[in-house]
Amino acid sequence: MNHTADVIIIGGGIIGCASAYYLIKKGLSVIVLEGSSNIGDGGSSRNGGGVRQSGRDSRELPMVMWGIKNLWPNLSEELGTDVEYVQRGNLRLGKTKKHLDILQNLTDKAVACGLDVRMIDANEVRQINSYLSEEVIGASWCPTDGHANPMAATLAYYKKARELGAKFITGVEVKEIRKIKGKARQVVTQNKRYEGDKILVAAGHDSREILASIGIDVPIQVLKMECLVTEAEPYMFEQMLGTAEADFYGHQTKHGSFVFGGSTGMEAFEKDDGRPISTSIGASCICRGIMKYFPALSDAKIVRSWAGWIDECVDKIPVISPIQEVPGLYLACGFTGHGFGIAPGAAYNIAELMVEGGQPTVDMAAFRYDRFKAKI
Amino acid sequence: MNKENNRFQDIGEFIPEPDDNIIICRCEEITKGEIRAAVHDGMYTITEIRRYLRCGMGLCQGQTCSKLVKNIVTREQRISYSDLEPATSRAPVRPIEMKVLGNEIGGTR
Repeated sequence: MNHTADVIIIGGGIIGCASAYYLIKKGLSVIVLEGSSNIGDGGSSRNGGGVRQSGRDSRELPMVMWGIKNLWPNLSEELGTDVEYVQRGNLRLGKTKKHLDILQNLTDKAVACGLDVRMIDANEVRQINSYLSEEVIGASWCPTDGHANPMAATLAYYKKARELGAKFITGVEVKEIRKIKGKARQVVTQNKRYEGDKILVAAGHDSREILASIGIDVPIQVLKMECLVTEAEPYMFEQMLGTAEADFYGHQTKHGSFVFGGSTGMEAFEKDDGRPISTSIGASCICRGIMKYFPALSDAKIVRSWAGWIDECVDKIPVISPIQEVPGLYLACGFTGHGFGIAPGAAYNIAELMVEGGQPTVDMAAFRYDRFKAKI
Repeated sequence: MNKENNRFQDIGEFIPEPDDNIIICRCEEITKGEIRAAVHDGMYTITEIRRYLRCGMGLCQGQTCSKLVKNIVTREQRISYSDLEPATSRAPVRPIEMKVLGNEIGGTR
């Protein structure tokens, strides 16, 4: 049957594809419905490729640390596609005293969670990466962080899940989730109905509208971010980079290009034209940010720039949770721009959560959908 | 509205062809055989092929090979040429140095 499965997943991004893979490995049948024409067309293929723990909210750390320890190192082998995972550390750079205070605070919290991360001075920063400008006065250094190719990783999960029998359908817009006998069961698209014992909504920022059809709401909003990529350059460094100010982030890829993302500060106030389109100021602003940290890259040529949407949750960590009022319905969205590195760990635990009588390996209480409260 | 596309439709087995070693994307050195095999791996759209293989992602950004790639991908799926959307063109179209692109305001910056 092409319309019935144990689990219907709404959203063919890395969360949907990876969840499909881990569910099908547990013996469940899966249908994945993707609204756009392409698999992984949202944040999954538009991000900077960071697979990092440092700089994260401490509520997210147990899950991402578990994924980096247990899944990422063997992912290419397991999925049969090179996901270009490189685990050579993350430098989070600071240029002012204020930056160092931000980094110290993040570092202290991460150390309390058991993460190997520490503050280093300007000399040590330049020992790790000799191309950084004199403006950098310190950084946080986490040697177990790294990066991977987000497009390859998303499509690798898709390819493997498809090989194992997951049914993927692209270009299907989900209109509604319907209950039957008190349980979420039907997923209604423009011209078909799909049925599953369980339904996972992993549709990024579109999740909110889909959930509205069944009376559930989570506080997420759309935020646009821009990225760019240079032509292939000779090998320079292997670390993932970020900054205390979060003005840019990125890495050098396996084929030599540098991928950098950044922000202009105008994102939250941009006119919504319904599509994630690069702005006229975005790439130029990111270039200026990069050149301040890496003067050596000022002659590198930009070959392409793009934009993507972040599903920003009000408290900046995802919602990964069963929905109590609607038995059979599960939610995984609101990853707030740092969903790529955490995706394998999250999807693995989602599969454990969704299988009958299953118990997730990592405690997910912090990601519950009903955690949001008014401030007073 | 996007067109519904079942990724479990039967497009047959991958059958090697004598000219599979021909390089189609010169920037990234991707062969015809690799493109055909990617379709059988489930990469049905030009965007997915690009993201999976990197063809059209190099210096010329697909200006040389995009039509050739499209022909190969449509033929492999036995669909019409017009059924396949081209990849999105991205700024800045011609490669531009960071120091130039980052100086769009000019002046004393």
